[in-house]
Amino acid sequence: MRRRQPEQVTAGKVAEFVTHLTRTVVTTGQKSTVPGVQVCLDVAGEDWGKAAEIAAEHTLRWSAAWAEHLSPDFHVVCLLACSDGHCLLRTRLAEGRPELPSQMPSFPAANRPERHIQDMFGIRFTGHPDPRRWTRHQAWSAKEFPLRKDFPLSGSPQLKTPPDCDYPFVPVSGEGIYEIPVGPVHAGIIEPGHFRFQADGEDVLRLEEHLGYVHRGVEKLAEGRDLAGLARLAGRLSGDSTVAHGWAACQAAERALGVEPSPRALALRAILCERERIANHLGDIGAICNDVGFTFALVQCSRLRELWQRNNAAIFGHRLLMDRVVSGGVNCDISPEHLPELFAEINELRVRVEELMPMLLEYPSLQDRLRTTGILSVELAQQLGTLGYVGRASNHQDDLRRDAPYAPYDQLVVNVPAYLEGDVAKRTRVRGDEVLVSLELLEQLLKSLPEGPLQIDCGPFARCCEGLGLVEGWRGETVAYVRLDETGRVMRYFPRDPSWLNWPALERLILGNIVPDFPVCNKSVNGSYAGHDL
Amino acid sequence: MFRIFNRIRSTGRLTEPLPSPDQTVAELGSACQAEIAARFSGSLAIRMVDAGSCNGCELEMHAVNNSYYDIERFGIHFVASPRHADLLLVTGVVSRNMQAALQRTYDATPSPKLVVAMGDCAACGGEFGESYASCGAVANVIPVDAVIPGCPPTPLQLMQGLLELLHDLPGQ
Ligand code: SF4
Repeated sequence: MRRRQPEQVTAGKVAEFVTHLTRTVVTTGQKSTVPGVQVCLDVAGEDWGKAAEIAAEHTLRWSAAWAEHLSPDFHVVCLLACSDGHCLLRTRLAEGRPELPSQMPSFPAANRPERHIQDMFGIRFTGHPDPRRWTRHQAWSAKEFPLRKDFPLSGSPQLKTPPDCDYPFVPVSGEGIYEIPVGPVHAGIIEPGHFRFQADGEDVLRLEEHLGYVHRGVEKLAEGRDLAGLARLAGRLSGDSTVAHGWAACQAAERALGVEPSPRALALRAILCERERIANHLGDIGAICNDVGFTFALVQCSRLRELWQRNNAAIFGHRLLMDRVVSGGVNCDISPEHLPELFAEINELRVRVEELMPMLLEYPSLQDRLRTTGILSVELAQQLGTLGYVGRASNHQDDLRRDAPYAPYDQLVVNVPAYLEGDVAKRTRVRGDEVLVSLELLEQLLKSLPEGPLQIDCGPFARCCEGLGLVEGWRGETVAYVRLDETGRVMRYFPRDPSWLNWPALERLILGNIVPDFPVCNKSVNGSYAGHDL
Repeated sequence: MFRIFNRIRSTGRLTEPLPSPDQTVAELGSACQAEIAARFSGSLAIRMVDAGSCNGCELEMHAVNNSYYDIERFGIHFVASPRHADLLLVTGVVSRNMQAALQRTYDATPSPKLVVAMGDCAACGGEFGESYASCGAVANVIPVDAVIPGCPPTPLQLMQGLLELLHDLPGQ
């Protein structure tokens, strides 16, 4: 069995990229500042594709793209991750000519985000090899664009939205090749989405995902909300990542307004975030093993998860920790009487996980199913920019807590487990390792819990401002962009769940596997549908 | 192998008598077992449909199957197909993109059938309400027999909601 990989960061540096970029393409030269990123550069529209090419040359990681309607312009923004921070590129397009070169030729990860922008704003990406619709099904027409300012929140829906039967899946034909359509309603207790398999016997030749079924219009709903409303909405984007998204959105708004919660509030946010990571990893480890019929792990892990969640409720007031992160801080606290209980809980869980993981990792009939199943190669993981445990199992390590630490992680040492194999077994193992790392972090955070108010006032609001939030959630890098108007109301909220980067990996790692292994491969990636569909 | 047996043995039995201050859940439980025995041949089959949830409600639905709550002890279990179901447990606002799928699932469920809207979203639209993308509450799309409020409802609230519904069913 190969060992954990040493620390490694692959991306290039901000300064080198910026120098190269400003030498080659038309930037306005002025570096506007967006709190939360190192540099923000304005790029001319026609150089949008070229800028991506240069970023790819510097092996930057493509992280997110979004747009905004600021009449009479559209702004399109892309976020790039460097080894020493993040970089924003921004371009302005006139309403009359919403066209931009695609970045997909340089970064495959740009595929679906660009199609989302296309569906929501009507911006066309020239040179995009696959300009099919993505988020739009049948709920609004091809001539309507929900995120344009003249589109009302209520839209003009039909009484009955027709099913999206004619999505143009890529056809595959050949002797003996057949198609399996799965979803949107799946067989288990999971979220809805559609998977289209083309198989030859048991072997998967091709898988195509069709998502967007749980599109609830989150971006549009956020417009006009106050900060409290934004935090509530962000906390319900993806229920399993309520802390991560809540924190990212609040962090973005706080950075925009130039305020920072107290060290105590930030430490508490980190405690909540690590607790969320642990709960989800425990659930996943059990569920992955259960997907190959090994119920022992499911029973044990759901037991540990349940106890953990009960303490969430007892100490923090909510089993999933919803609505604990609020703008300006948190609305829960840890009293000194709770500390012994929390330390005891950490010790107990550590003992259990240290006992359980070797049992699972060494159990031959389980490992027989998990090893070499659903392999995502190291190269592909990097090419697709996969995040979190999916990336780390394929040695794509990026972890904001280590690489671009925000308070309180800037005071902590974060070990990032990483392996080379990239199979289901390693994606399971990374989760086990991360639970132990999180327990260690929790201990450190609890030992030196600083003083300070739980929540500060974010006002007064005086000017239109913007900020970017970046938080390492349990699935990986979680991004939120927020623009506020002069009264503190949200003009634009864009949350980027890590699943945007991990869903495409599932389409690739399933190839050559057998159809019956799809559930376990899917679970090992565990993309969020709600977080992705927005 | 021995380690696994050992762990199973030392974990022991976890299923709890339902903790409820007024013992109503436990009472409801046994009452409903009788109800389920009489009306559903001893087992109530649930098909869950996520119509636009954030996945929070699903997490708690998983929890009622863990060893502590073990909802199966009352004869309630989750099935893969609506054709096998007596009850649809629907979560989330109904996104417009899921409207047809929910309707079809409902149509595929044999009558007589029950529909329960779980969570604030499904019950009243919650944080998302009605919009270009969402039909709002489940009752806007298919007939609903009971709602279980909460964001998300805790496993106990979910069990209690289901048990109350069964208990209150009009006589045959
Ligand atoms: S009720 Fe709450 S937990 Fe359930 S789907 Fe709605 S937002 Fe999520």
